[in-house]
Amino acid sequence: MTELSAHLPQFQHGQLTENFPDNHLSNTQESMASALFNTDQNDSCERRRHDNTERRRNDNPDSETNGQPQNIQQVVEQDEEEDEELTLKYGAKHVIMLFVPVTLCMVVVVATIKSVSFYTRKDGQLIYTPFTEETETVGQRALNSILNAAIMISVIIVMTILLVVLYKYRCYKVIHGWLIISSLLLLFFFSFIYLGEVFKTYNVAMDYITVALMIWNFGVVGMICIHWKGPLRLQQAYLIMISALMALVFIKYLPEWTAWLILAVISVYDLVAVLCPKGPLRMLVETAQERNETLFPALIYSSTMIWLVNMAEEDPEAQRKASKNATYDKQAPANQTRNEDAEADDGGFSQEWQQQRDNRIGPIESTPESRAAVQALPSNSQTSEDPEERGVKLGLGDFIFYSVLVGKASATASGDWNTTLACFVAILIGLCLTLLLLAIFKKALPALPISITFGLVFYFATDNLVQPFMDQLAFHQFYI
Amino acid sequence: MAAAVFFGCAAIAFGPALALVLLTVAAEPLRVIVLVGGAFFWLVSLLLASLLWFVLVRVGAQAEPRPQRGLLLVGAAASVLLQELFRFAYFKVLKKADVGLVTISEDGRSPISLRQMAYASGLSFGIISGIFSVINILADSMGPGIVGIHGDSPYYFITSAFLTMALVLLHTFWGIVFFDACERRRYWGLGLVVTSHLLTSGLTFLNPWYEASLVPIFIITLCTGLWAFVTAGGSFHNVLKCLSCKQEDDSTVMMYSALQVPCED
Repeated sequence: MTELSAHLPQFQHGQLTENFPDNHLSNTQESMASALFNTDQNDSCERRRHDNTERRRNDNPDSETNGQPQNIQQVVEQDEEEDEELTLKYGAKHVIMLFVPVTLCMVVVVATIKSVSFYTRKDGQLIYTPFTEETETVGQRALNSILNAAIMISVIIVMTILLVVLYKYRCYKVIHGWLIISSLLLLFFFSFIYLGEVFKTYNVAMDYITVALMIWNFGVVGMICIHWKGPLRLQQAYLIMISALMALVFIKYLPEWTAWLILAVISVYDLVAVLCPKGPLRMLVETAQERNETLFPALIYSSTMIWLVNMAEEDPEAQRKASKNATYDKQAPANQTRNEDAEADDGGFSQEWQQQRDNRIGPIESTPESRAAVQALPSNSQTSEDPEERGVKLGLGDFIFYSVLVGKASATASGDWNTTLACFVAILIGLCLTLLLLAIFKKALPALPISITFGLVFYFATDNLVQPFMDQLAFHQFYI
Repeated sequence: MAAAVFFGCAAIAFGPALALVLLTVAAEPLRVIVLVGGAFFWLVSLLLASLLWFVLVRVGAQAEPRPQRGLLLVGAAASVLLQELFRFAYFKVLKKADVGLVTISEDGRSPISLRQMAYASGLSFGIISGIFSVINILADSMGPGIVGIHGDSPYYFITSAFLTMALVLLHTFWGIVFFDACERRRYWGLGLVVTSHLLTSGLTFLNPWYEASLVPIFIITLCTGLWAFVTAGGSFHNVLKCLSCKQEDDSTVMMYSALQVPCED
């Protein structure tokens, strides 16, 4: 449920289609109440919407030029080259902008697992995984874990479909309420438990009044930062913390084989949901595109906040947005059918949606109305924005599943640190490769499968093959 | 004592690597990506070598300890050869990436030079190799215990740390030399790197006898370092210039007649 999109500015046929080289990884977010599994595919389309409106606001200086046929070809080529280069330049920087928060989240999870024994202690299982793994035979254990994984994944699918239905029938309040309840639970209840366990581990004496004050402040500031406005770094920190908390819950309550199976199945599901025509993710995306709106700003990790900085200039932005949307909407119906296929592999990446829209608009011939509309675009006071400030967005579900993998590896591996580090490198490489594939194919791609596959392969290989080898070598102090 | 040993050995083993990463790699996204990619390639090579060793051990499962040690030797040699093979593979991948970066760049030059990639990839191999060799030992050194209580050397931790440091630096130097040799098709250079790696690994097999293993390994490190320095274009003159902190004379000249600025080097 993670999707990457790449933007390329394109100047075609006298119309400026803007692609912003933001990379969006939308992700399914598990909002964790005891009964909520929330896959945020709609987040991705919302994010895309959000991005698109942001794009609209962050106009390229090229938008000032009008479309004259003679210059179009050269401008197109030049822009394409610039865009490709910009994409790669941004690509490398964006990769790093994703490496850092993913690494931080994993570090928090691994540090907690290694020090606080609560999260490795077996205290029962979630109701979604009712079958125990303390069985007598290996076959029974395998069967139970398969059943657990099947139940969990069906819950996720049901939740996703529910979300699609809710979104389709415009029950926005329900979705908002759902999100707020789940982040309330995470920020207050789970962090309270976490704090309590940390105090127990380090034998710190604490009174309830202080704890209440701390949790209250932590939670309220978190709700404000995540759902409303706040300093960027604080918002990022809170998103990382709630992802880590969620991952820790998964690590604690999912038995071993079930956890690995769920990780594998979820990456397959991600692949299917993003690339198949009738996936709920795709439907969500299409609905969101039709309505041209965003929905979930709260469940995305964002690395920059340019649009928020421009809050004061709401009106000019809204005007611009309105005029641009009008321009695009005019042409949208005309190309709907033509672009069904092109949208087929859209997986909820906002960039992708951008691209689709751009593809839609691209082949249209420049009409007098469109040219007039482009020329009528108010000059953008924000065009002086440094393109390198454009940020990267990543859905929190990716953080959670990456951290679950690395955390489980550090909790249960006999190879200990070697296994943990191997999984860490594997996940980073998967992320890197996914971004690279995105830059090459410029299509929506799910980001979970590659990383999780590499992570799982490296986990099992390192734990069973590399660990005994390195152990023997270290025993004799041989170096390779 | 435990924490002191841990921090001391960790600093010895990874101090140079950390400094190199912080000063030269961390600021540039492309170098960081090359770093992580190199770690991945090394891990894959280790995986294959472990698989080979595992199969060999299973096949010779009934043998006594001596052949086990022999199998370990074979496994280690295979691992070294596979590491160098994957270094070559990484070289190929980076060359392709370099070509791609050049074609899409504005001024026809890649944002990262092959030498920088060689350095970053060598460093990455070194870091991941060092980490995998020593991290569990460091973790154990945090806890309670007595080193060498069964008659092994009591200097286990500190010698491991020094060996790891040497290995990290060696991998960095080998990376630079290797890439340069591949680039200029000087295959004797490749052979020398592989031999040197095999020699280093072989020397560690002498290990409780630290005079015979640590000292030669550090000598090899020094020599390889000098070789890498010369390969990368360094010279005594450069060192003097750097140490004297003199400002470089601006050797670019504005050609007013053509109103052009000559290309920067």
